[in-house]
Amino acid sequence: MKTLKLLAVMVLAFTFSAFTINTDGNGYKVGDIATDFSLENIDGKMVSLSDYKDAKGFIVVFTCNTCPFAVAYEDRVEALNKKYADKGYPVIAIMPNNTDVKPGDNMEAMKARAKAKGFTFPYLMDKGQKIYPQYGATKTPHIYILEKTKKGNEVKYIGAIDDNYKDASQVTEKYVENAVDALLEGKEVKVKETRAIGCSIKV
Amino acid sequence: MKRILFLCLFVVFSCNDESIELKIYDYDALEPLISKEDDKVHIVNFWATWCAPCVKELPYFEVINEKYKDNDVEVLLVSLDFPKDYDKKLKPFIKNKNIKSEVVALDDTNMNRWVAMVDKDWTGAIPATIIYKGDKRKFYERSFTQEELETELKQFLSP
Repeated sequence: MKTLKLLAVMVLAFTFSAFTINTDGNGYKVGDIATDFSLENIDGKMVSLSDYKDAKGFIVVFTCNTCPFAVAYEDRVEALNKKYADKGYPVIAIMPNNTDVKPGDNMEAMKARAKAKGFTFPYLMDKGQKIYPQYGATKTPHIYILEKTKKGNEVKYIGAIDDNYKDASQVTEKYVENAVDALLEGKEVKVKETRAIGCSIKV
Repeated sequence: MKRILFLCLFVVFSCNDESIELKIYDYDALEPLISKEDDKVHIVNFWATWCAPCVKELPYFEVINEKYKDNDVEVLLVSLDFPKDYDKKLKPFIKNKNIKSEVVALDDTNMNRWVAMVDKDWTGAIPATIIYKGDKRKFYERSFTQEELETELKQFLSP
């Protein structure tokens, strides 16, 4: 009976989520308050932004294993975490794809990738794909920098990591670093939004 | 312009074993190709060999290219494959799939500049498509079925 109930709840949750996916661009804008979440990490534990009591903010990265642009940036995402986690801006990576469509992004594959690359940041599964539509992420990689304020986690930057996906050594503008540096110094983020090509999130 | 010439030469000479000639542009060089002021309807699709939904809808563009070529409709497939994959993946793909529509490659790292120039509403996800004729222009950040693509195209065809 218990399993039946559980099953019913799961079916309901699934059906509900199927109708709440919103991909028509009504995501966050800079200045909006971003939702918290409770998503499963590759270590099996659930992770929420509210777990990070000492954080000043977050570098939320929607990313995955299978997109070449995401892969091109994964070392740079790791470097961001190494540089900014201790300063109060940890990287929180979220894998938004439907793993039935992209099995290469399933939890086992995420674990393997994180292990192979030595990720030091949480790599979370957006199970049910409920979180990315609220943020308005459309592609991987897609970055949201949040600052912890009294109102909540305020979106301060949306876009790309930097201006050269091909070659990290040829980058002339480090959008994410510049934004986090500005926030750490209590200054206004100059470039608040950037665009880049990425892989559409698979629904 | 010099850069394009150089790139073209480079491509021609670097892949003698491949019969496919691929034109490679930066955005400024591509721009005239996606804003032609003639009487034709132009369909421009941004895609890549690694993009599964793009590859899935490519045949639909091929059908349009074949079916409407006498109706002044031109299809341009703009590949966003990484330059390192041009010879390894893109050219073999064009050859093996026998792609008849014109394929060019866009190699321009300053995406924050040109993505917005292609369309102010483009977040950067692919596939993405433009259909235009003269001043009339529509942008689509989405995938198409054959029917949907044809329905959109028909809005641009003269009755």
